[in-house]
Amino acid sequence: MTARAVVTGLGIVASNGIGRDAYWAATLAGRSGIGRITRFDPTPYPARLAGEVSGFAAEELLPSRLLPQTDRMTRFALVGADWAFADAGIRPQELPEFDMGVATASHAGGFEFGQNELKALWSRGGQYVSAYQSFAWFYAVNSGQISIRNGMRGPSSVVVSDQAGGLDAVAQARRQIRKGIPLMVAGAMDSSICPWGWVAQIACGRISVSEAPDRAYLPFDAEACGYVPGEGGALLIIEEADHARRREAPQVYGEIAGYAATFDPRPGSGRDSGLRRAIEQALRDAEIPPDGIDVVFADAAATPELDQVEATAITGVFGPGGVPVTAPKTMTGRLYSGAAPLDLAAALLSIRDGIIPPTTHVRLADRYEIDLVRNAPRTAPVRAALVLARGYGGFNSAMVVRAPT
Amino acid sequence: MSTAQTGSFTDDDLRRILREGAGSDESVDLDGDILDSTFEELGYDSLALLETGSRIEREYQITLEDDAVSGVRTPRELIDLVQQRLAARPS
Amino acid sequence: MTAAGDRRVVITGIGVIAPGGVGVKDFWQLLTDGRTATRRISFFDPSPFRSQVAAEVDFDPELHGLRPQEIRRMDRAAQFAVVTARQAVRDSGLEFDALDPLRTGVTIGSAVGATMGLDQEYRTVSDGGRLDLVDHRYAVPHLYNYLVPSSFAAEVAWAVGAEGPVSVVSTGCTSGLDAVGYAAEVIREGTADVMVAGATDAPISPITVACFDAIKATTPRNDDPEHASRPFDASRNGFVLGEGAAVFVLEELSVARARGATIYAEVAGYATRSNAFHMTGLRPDGREMAEAIRVALAEARLDPEDIDYVNAHGSGTKQNDRHETAAFKRSLGEHAWRVPVSSIKSMIGHSLGAIGSIEIAASVLAMTHHVVPPTANLHNPDPECDLDYVPLVARDWRTDAVLSVGSGFGGFQSAMVLARPDRDRR
Repeated sequence: MTARAVVTGLGIVASNGIGRDAYWAATLAGRSGIGRITRFDPTPYPARLAGEVSGFAAEELLPSRLLPQTDRMTRFALVGADWAFADAGIRPQELPEFDMGVATASHAGGFEFGQNELKALWSRGGQYVSAYQSFAWFYAVNSGQISIRNGMRGPSSVVVSDQAGGLDAVAQARRQIRKGIPLMVAGAMDSSICPWGWVAQIACGRISVSEAPDRAYLPFDAEACGYVPGEGGALLIIEEADHARRREAPQVYGEIAGYAATFDPRPGSGRDSGLRRAIEQALRDAEIPPDGIDVVFADAAATPELDQVEATAITGVFGPGGVPVTAPKTMTGRLYSGAAPLDLAAALLSIRDGIIPPTTHVRLADRYEIDLVRNAPRTAPVRAALVLARGYGGFNSAMVVRAPT
Repeated sequence: MSTAQTGSFTDDDLRRILREGAGSDESVDLDGDILDSTFEELGYDSLALLETGSRIEREYQITLEDDAVSGVRTPRELIDLVQQRLAARPS
Repeated sequence: MTAAGDRRVVITGIGVIAPGGVGVKDFWQLLTDGRTATRRISFFDPSPFRSQVAAEVDFDPELHGLRPQEIRRMDRAAQFAVVTARQAVRDSGLEFDALDPLRTGVTIGSAVGATMGLDQEYRTVSDGGRLDLVDHRYAVPHLYNYLVPSSFAAEVAWAVGAEGPVSVVSTGCTSGLDAVGYAAEVIREGTADVMVAGATDAPISPITVACFDAIKATTPRNDDPEHASRPFDASRNGFVLGEGAAVFVLEELSVARARGATIYAEVAGYATRSNAFHMTGLRPDGREMAEAIRVALAEARLDPEDIDYVNAHGSGTKQNDRHETAAFKRSLGEHAWRVPVSSIKSMIGHSLGAIGSIEIAASVLAMTHHVVPPTANLHNPDPECDLDYVPLVARDWRTDAVLSVGSGFGGFQSAMVLARPDRDRR
């Protein structure tokens, strides 16, 4: 029989809450972390809002030796992994070293670290470039640093598929569990809120230029005008189900039950997006019919065309208003690779507590026939949840999590 | 304050540069008597030494050859090396 | 359809861009001649840098069928990926238009993404590093594609018409092995039937040269660029930066056989492990690479003695070559001393994430031609590197199964076994 992959620990960093409980309380309360950028002066740029994480004291949470060699997203990742292990009741040094691996996704690597070294290079010369640049910015750094900090010698991997990558990494972890690795750390943390990262993000043309934090990121709203970027994400402890049972894990949040990834037809083909097929395949993989899904965590791109594609895919599978849909990322901004792991965490907490977190500030446009959970959380039994994530260029990923059995 | 202008390189200069470039291990009192401890004992690996060497070269405008830095084991040896290079610098 | 668990994955198409030659034919000629493609850096003035040599590709994108708009929007590494993907598709003889696009996917490895594009763009928007608040009005419109290297996989997916699982795998210098390993697993588990998989990197840019200078990982042998890459030699003093790409068509074995495809090799076994030791350092005992090799051999159902050739990582840094020599002895036992081992990085440098796939191409061609490529510039082996590294001259050698390994920053250690699908298995 195929090994089952269950989630036993969560480590969360988001702009509306640092740590699992703070994030979940803020999210159920509808508290947003979106505001004007403080980490640099955003005045010269057309977009000025972001979901910045404030109050993250890396110097208190990590050894001083790690600080000069880590980008902000790596600090999030190291701390997130620590918290996920603690939540799962695991001391990694007590497990066999080849039994643990890491699968992370990355969006743009350690872009702020890279920015600073590019500045050193071009303003002062090559000899001013840091000895840590060779790895501190690259896409693989979080998997590498997490494995080193925790003595994990099993398989590690890193995927990049823009925002969809967060689910692809968790799926890769499930693959390793099925191949016999008992435990994986999986998910993603991203951060590129620095001038150079900001300029590169603006270039995609999908960032909201609104200056009102409550009107800037409005998926499925007639006033949808792009998204607000954020930083942070989630790391999950994923275990083979029997491994978790044998060691009497403090909790099993749920099972990674289904997954699929598709890619849109090439631009100009006139054919439909692959998102609906990703949903259908993920449900098939989970062996759950559409009416077995109790909530959909939407990708929520917040541009009219992409919202239409997503609403159409959801209603195509579940019927008009056929399933509650929510987008708590309206409170954190889009976290790129970090977004979907955070949605997975929220979905698992929804399963635990029987409550669906809200989408904030959105007035649902008439043209979308979806049951959007708006403004206040909704109490409902949640046995299975579907999480969607899309990446720039046409990446679609869908993952089903279900209640522990 | 840097003593780069005065042409000397002290243990406090080294402590400052180590902290800036590589941090300091929580289990080590960097302000204590460290001169004859090995860098390994102080929690510094080869990367930390490369970064430290590079910062010293930039700040003091000297050149530390590859083999010279990799052969250094303790703060005292590094300070001596830097002092030699400073003394050899054309004034 | 063959049931998952019994599904085996084979390579039926190859595309290569490497220093010294675009296309499989030129690439293999260079390797078997034992010629080197390393030279003084010509892309920019390297004189301010410690290491001034690299293995550059002479590449005209227009000559290889890319249209002006494609050239404009793609970083050089993405151009390499698309051109090699098209070569591989042509080589496979597979009618991609007739495939179910949802059962066709893409996995592209890259360690450093659009480094060249980002380096140039940063220089512009920061006005030569003068501006902290870099000026977005000077940015190219496709800058987001440089920011997120998944654009490489998207470009390849558009080029071949794939609509199944598409992604970039980025595990530093093992990306090229890991991307092919990832894609093979996707076919094996039954998610896709055809994967276009490989890796690309084009890192020869001032920021890359500077970052390796800072840790003295690249060679300072600037007075003799043609002989600068010296894996396993006692005089080695760092790697030579390279660039390039290799992309393959992977198919499920029974489907490939049914259509009468030319089958180059089976991706018979693959594993990756982490050293959990240091971001750039290696433990001298090679334990984690040995474990990856052990698992890859077990997956291939082969014994160490079945391996006819080992394609080494052989980067030419002091620590790497000893580390992997130890790993071979640890995993292959006595056979480590008997099997030919060579490093093509001696000829084409180290193209970071791409090299793992380029080395798969070399491994597969060794099986096709029964010729093992040499380790160039190896005149005086390091006494601690005491295996048969095939110095200087290619060797005629019966080759039915190859082990190819990679090692990279972040502690990644990967191993792949490529073998004839009709071999005897345990």
